[in-house]
Amino acid sequence: MDGLLFLIFAAIAAVCGLNVVLQRQPIASALSLIGVMGSLAMLYLLLGAQFIAAVQVIVYAGAVMVLFVMVIMLLNAGAERPTGASLMASTLGVPLLAGLLVALAYVLFANFPDPRPVRFGEFRLGGAAQVGYALFTRYLLPFELTSVLVLIAIAGAVVLAWREVRK
Amino acid sequence: MSPAGVPLSWYLVLAAFLFTLGAAGFVFRRNIITMFMCIELMLNAVNLTFVALAYHTHQVDGLVLAFFVMVVAAAEAAVGLAIILTVFRNRASLQIDEVQSLRD
Repeated sequence: MDGLLFLIFAAIAAVCGLNVVLQRQPIASALSLIGVMGSLAMLYLLLGAQFIAAVQVIVYAGAVMVLFVMVIMLLNAGAERPTGASLMASTLGVPLLAGLLVALAYVLFANFPDPRPVRFGEFRLGGAAQVGYALFTRYLLPFELTSVLVLIAIAGAVVLAWREVRK
Repeated sequence: MSPAGVPLSWYLVLAAFLFTLGAAGFVFRRNIITMFMCIELMLNAVNLTFVALAYHTHQVDGLVLAFFVMVVAAAEAAVGLAIILTVFRNRASLQIDEVQSLRD
């Protein structure tokens, strides 16, 4: 059952990921990206990370992607105009990226040859309580720093938009 | 159907595949918003790696790191989309080729 669920959602993630890159319309890419994020949330659940799965759906698929879709709607973004790729990009690009994938896969298989299957329920530290405990003890300083980061991001976004309104 | 799952390396290879797709989209696409979404795709792939390694090491640290990546991605999306809005109002275009005054 775990393996079947992995195969289904990994296939959805891979197809939607391909669609993100291949679609010409930004809105189609955005919807495919939501598909990737939803299926990744399912994979997090399979790995036992319930809290991260919930945050993935709420923050990523909810907040961030709504922001993307709103901006696409606001700018009335149409299909992308294809421009001729440079000679180097069209000849070297795909082989280099395929090489990157092969190198990554090789390193991963070499370092994690463990053939034991991932079993749902084996990892029991993924709840909100355990993550929250780590967040507020060992990772307290980084956590507080992210609050400063988010505050700066809000201020930056408001300033960028505000100047346009005034003009 | 047997209850057996798949090895952990399959999760990691899926993450590597998604990361490569994001990198490909970032290099080949010419729409600023699509390029930005490809960055999000890469961040998601890294998150999957973090969660899979948290499972592997039986420690919660990987989940905390994935949480931080999400926070940074949300902040980055807010600022980046504000910049895209500003660029669009000034240039009336979303083509990355037309935003090159820093290069010239």
